[in-house]
Amino acid sequence: MPEIRNMTMNFGPQHPAAHGVLRLVLELDGEVIERADPHIGLLHRGTEKLAEYKPYNQSIGYMDRLDYVSMMCNEHAYVMAIEKLMGITPPIRAQYIRVMFSEITRVLNHLMWLGTHALDVGAMTMFLYCFREREDLMDCYEAVSGTRMHATYFRPGGVYRDLPDAMPFYEVSKWHNEKEVKNMNEERQGSLLDFIEAFTDKFPTCIDEYETLLTDNRIWKQRTVDIAVVSPKRALQLGFTGPMLRGSGIEWDLRKKQPYEVYHKVDFDIPVGTNGDCYDRYLVRVEEMRQSNHIIKQCIDWLRENPGPVILDDHKVTPPKREEMKGDMESLIHHFKLFTEGYCVPEGEVYAAVEHPKGEFGIYLISDGANKPYRVKIRAAGFAHLSAMDEMVRGHMLSDVVTVIGTQDIVFGEIDR
Amino acid sequence: MANSVETLANSLSEHFGDALTGAHVAYGQAVIELKPNHLLAVCQSLKDEEAYSFEQMIDLCGVDYSTYGMADWETNSTSNTGFSRGVSKDIFDDEAETRPRFAVVYHLLSIRHNHRLRVRCMIDKTPAKIESVVNIWASANWYEREAFDLFGILFEGHPDLRRILTDYGFVGHPFRKDFPLEGNVEVRYDPEQKRVVYQPVTITNRVLVPRVIRDDNRYKEVKGEE
Repeated sequence: MPEIRNMTMNFGPQHPAAHGVLRLVLELDGEVIERADPHIGLLHRGTEKLAEYKPYNQSIGYMDRLDYVSMMCNEHAYVMAIEKLMGITPPIRAQYIRVMFSEITRVLNHLMWLGTHALDVGAMTMFLYCFREREDLMDCYEAVSGTRMHATYFRPGGVYRDLPDAMPFYEVSKWHNEKEVKNMNEERQGSLLDFIEAFTDKFPTCIDEYETLLTDNRIWKQRTVDIAVVSPKRALQLGFTGPMLRGSGIEWDLRKKQPYEVYHKVDFDIPVGTNGDCYDRYLVRVEEMRQSNHIIKQCIDWLRENPGPVILDDHKVTPPKREEMKGDMESLIHHFKLFTEGYCVPEGEVYAAVEHPKGEFGIYLISDGANKPYRVKIRAAGFAHLSAMDEMVRGHMLSDVVTVIGTQDIVFGEIDR
Repeated sequence: MANSVETLANSLSEHFGDALTGAHVAYGQAVIELKPNHLLAVCQSLKDEEAYSFEQMIDLCGVDYSTYGMADWETNSTSNTGFSRGVSKDIFDDEAETRPRFAVVYHLLSIRHNHRLRVRCMIDKTPAKIESVVNIWASANWYEREAFDLFGILFEGHPDLRRILTDYGFVGHPFRKDFPLEGNVEVRYDPEQKRVVYQPVTITNRVLVPRVIRDDNRYKEVKGEE
């Protein structure tokens, strides 16, 4: 009689469904997973160590590159940690802009997640639909910060600049003729706020479209219902946060429970799952997109009516205006000091956390009073989620591994840091 | 909120008494300093006792305190002597030798009471060794592997203490303060051997912005001193 042995299989790191560079060593009994051992670190860049060697402001750009599909939320936690240590509060308009862009980022992230998750499970159309809407949001990023992804827009003391009054236009090229370009530019005639408002008006219909494709889809349900069920108690034990925790039925959202910026002034609901399976986590995230859309709308209304400064006027922390700098001695000195040495942050340690699209994203900052951080620890949500991979896939089929990777919303920029 | 944090810190310092070396509130968050030999007992009751119920361990990280408070420039005696222009590490007398080098910092979250707590455990042993809390919070598993990988802190009782973030076969613990930023080895493709080879690094680290520490009186009130 032939001897039956478990098979060990290598999954990734170069696999389209590995969402980057995940290497999984799977022990299989036939097609059933006996054990999964994720190997991470293939994208480790030592962000925390690099930050120790740079003045505070120069590391904001590194934060974008952590979770590279929800850039501004990463910056947000870092900037909040610095602000907490220095005891400064950004102007109210900056807080609204931050909240609005945090929610835009959440939609960006969830669209990316939905598109790739569905693609992995076998629904190609979703990918195209989601990336269509993402393009508009990327344009918002570009309009406000100059870059489509790595914005470096949030600064200690506020945001880099106020929302622009005009959107850039498409130009006629060999791919788009005049008529097409005119159509594409239609929504771009007004300010950035008008553009975002137009987006929020049409976006709920887009979500309905996604839902008609997936929510009652038999194949989608077969692939996600009752897959990787996590009980609420276990979810807490494993350090789950964000949609992963809410999918298991625990109502916990930092935006509500430990509100920061102006989240206590906007109205929104926290969706909660009941079964803790992949399908519930899908429903939670889709509903989160609707809620984010609702928050963005409220921010637009407020921002339209309340102009004001978007960054503190304290030039020990924020650079003076360019025009002032040219004529005013003191401003020139401030400018020079800020961009050569940076600012010193008082001695102390602080932990600042935000409700990142993936869960709790925290920055633990230790300062010894210098112009560079003594230690920065990045608490990435995905790290805790991925560590539960073994438990979640055990006893499932090989094809479910891909579903679990999708439902955990893994991005290696933040896990490997 | 601020009040409840104070209450938490006070109740913790009363309840655990001898096991702690300090309990205070820093920037709106309760912090306790723990003696390493009491770690497991205190953590277990932090999790189980009704009044605390810290169900979640949000984060665990190692810290290397060996160069804490050291800068590249002396800024205080400037007016007498003028700035020292070069980057020099020798301007500080070494008090670092006397204090413990490594610490492990735990961030706990209680969902029931909406509390956060920071627990710091200084490790004075060499090699740095501390008990593992995996059996209390399952999420500690990877975090402890990470702290071991990056700082070389050993966790007793950890089921699977392997490296996690660094390369297979990596030597050293990169986040220690005496590990150079540019590392020790680099890889390149060797066309003769037709494979990727390791070699000593060929780049040097240039300090573009020196590390300076300046006393700023404006921050005294932020910290709640005086």
